[in-house]
Amino acid sequence: MKKLAVAALTASLMASAAYADSVKIGFVTTLTTGAAIIGKDMQNAANLAVEHLGGKAGDLDIELIFADDGFAPETGKQATDKLVKQDNVDFVTGYIWSHVLLASRKSVLDADKFLISANAGPSQIAGKLCDEDFFSTSWQNDQTPMAMGEVLNQQGVKSLYIMAPNYAAGKNMVTGVESTFKGEILGKDLTKWGADAQLDFSAELAKAKASGAEGLFVFYPGAAAGAFTKQYHQAGLKDEIPLYSVFTVDAISLPKLQAADFQSVLGSRITQAWDPSLDNAANKKFVADFKAKYGSYPSFYAAQSYDAINMIADAVAKVGNTTDRDALRAAMKAADYGSVRGDYSYGNNNFPIQNFYLREVVADADGNWTTQVVQTVFENHQDSYAKDCKLN
Amino acid sequence: MDLSLLIIQLLNGLQLGLLLFLVASGLTLVFGILDFVNLAHGSLYMLGAFICASLTFLFGNFLWAVLVALPITGVIGYLVERFVARPLYTRDHLDHVLGTFGLILVLDTLAHLIWGPAGIAVPLPAWLDGQLQLGETLVIPTFRLLIIGAGLAAAAGLFWLVNYTKLGMLIRAGASNRTMVSALGVDIEMLFALVFALGAMLAGLAGMLVAPITEASIGMGNNIIITAFVVIIVGGIGSMKGAFIAALLIGLIDTLGRSFLDDLFKLVMSTDAAETSAPAVSAMLIYIIMALVLSLRPQGLFPPRTR
Repeated sequence: MKKLAVAALTASLMASAAYADSVKIGFVTTLTTGAAIIGKDMQNAANLAVEHLGGKAGDLDIELIFADDGFAPETGKQATDKLVKQDNVDFVTGYIWSHVLLASRKSVLDADKFLISANAGPSQIAGKLCDEDFFSTSWQNDQTPMAMGEVLNQQGVKSLYIMAPNYAAGKNMVTGVESTFKGEILGKDLTKWGADAQLDFSAELAKAKASGAEGLFVFYPGAAAGAFTKQYHQAGLKDEIPLYSVFTVDAISLPKLQAADFQSVLGSRITQAWDPSLDNAANKKFVADFKAKYGSYPSFYAAQSYDAINMIADAVAKVGNTTDRDALRAAMKAADYGSVRGDYSYGNNNFPIQNFYLREVVADADGNWTTQVVQTVFENHQDSYAKDCKLN
Repeated sequence: MDLSLLIIQLLNGLQLGLLLFLVASGLTLVFGILDFVNLAHGSLYMLGAFICASLTFLFGNFLWAVLVALPITGVIGYLVERFVARPLYTRDHLDHVLGTFGLILVLDTLAHLIWGPAGIAVPLPAWLDGQLQLGETLVIPTFRLLIIGAGLAAAAGLFWLVNYTKLGMLIRAGASNRTMVSALGVDIEMLFALVFALGAMLAGLAGMLVAPITEASIGMGNNIIITAFVVIIVGGIGSMKGAFIAALLIGLIDTLGRSFLDDLFKLVMSTDAAETSAPAVSAMLIYIIMALVLSLRPQGLFPPRTR
């Protein structure tokens, strides 16, 4: 019995010694359902980031643990609880979906861990629910559609029809475009979302066309993007009601659309905070190595995940441990880890203050469909919820 | 309200209803005649879509792909019957549910392994990819008309098969009294396997038809199977006529609800309230209908005469 106790004690000492030498990062994303394609892209980018770092954050080994949210808030929260309680991670990152992030945030923050969103940016977390231990390497949901609203004004579009999925981010996207677009909104549809999302948009497209609007604004991420783009094309709406989308036509949907030869997507315009063509050393290395390793362009999900891992690793390397939380927080807040989007800074709510670009779908030198920057829409843009956040 | 918009939405509702019928008819055949709860029916719909998508890229032609994919899904349905369903016939419904739910997980993962997580966009030949001008402001995608045509043809074929052929007679007889039918020297196991394969082909056909609109994706069957169960419950379990009428009813209600509910709500409440509540209510609409039918006619709208 005594021997056993000694053995157990030794084992636990060794285990805690192992803790000190490594930084554990939990990564929650969607690895099943039709949205798994996004999760896979993020997983690839996170693994590439660790590879670029040589598996080390300073002197500490990086231990990356992936978890599946099943495209559902309750599953995402369970996965987060497991990472926090069982795996005892130091950081939790990932999160494609706003509703999953909203359901999971308390589990992480109450356990005094850092929460880094690599995609979702719900308005609540930017405003009233902001927290000093939360950081975003993406954007606040409203910002990208706000940039699109500005583009629509510049192009002289007078009336708009809006379609988005009915969940936290979909509503933020609608609020975003409505806040900057100066013309008239002729109608909007919020469609069913989740694992059993509505993918047949015939009724909504017919309504949009009948409304006589000059433009159609949509937000359909993931698998819904391909479905929407095809039906828009099949309904012959390209000349009737031009499409202005955010987070819909991206590096996830373009290869599929190209395989099925949907030419009508070429030339369509989208707004975003990052683009594979952005001219900085970190981005060039990221895009080139990602393409070499995985055979396709990285999506913005991938870029933000790559940034999240690099930001965590950079902060840990500078501080040298995972226990000095004030120093870690300050290191991340500096945002000088070398983001693939170029330099940016953090606002009081720990959301990036960054540029937003207008991008166009083009074929690259090898004939692959991708995007390139057309113009800068916003410079150093801050989200509109920062004022509701109590942090300084 | 705009008349041409109403007509387009009616056609859209009809198209959704016919797709639902293709899935629900197989479900009601298997549930009503074999007394077997097949949750994995939606997975056959998904497999139909994926197989057709792969074959479309192989042959370069969507229609050929459908013709080849149909018998393949029939064979898969036969194999499912032989190795999963048949050993479970004598057990109770809970075992059916557990067994076929397990099958859903297996088939979803299998599709993930074979085709990857991405899903496949299916290209259409140019003559199907355009729109048809039916009136001055009445334009509908050609392919959606094809779905309506194919759905109606399949429904007519099924009606003829069940009511006017020897096979159909045996199916109906097997449903009424399977012991008597087998005592008369009919291979009832073969008959049930055929019914199962037929159901699989119908579900597969629905998947093939929907793939060029949405795309072939993992878990696509799990979305439609719930609605298909609503259809057969509303229509009366085991009734082909009930499945047909209920499918069209559900398709129309769902589409029209999505289209016009917010305008309707705006008559009685503020624009903001209408825009928030209409999507929520239209998503619930078909379940409200089901609850109504269950409370007024628990056996469904058109229950089969003999069980």
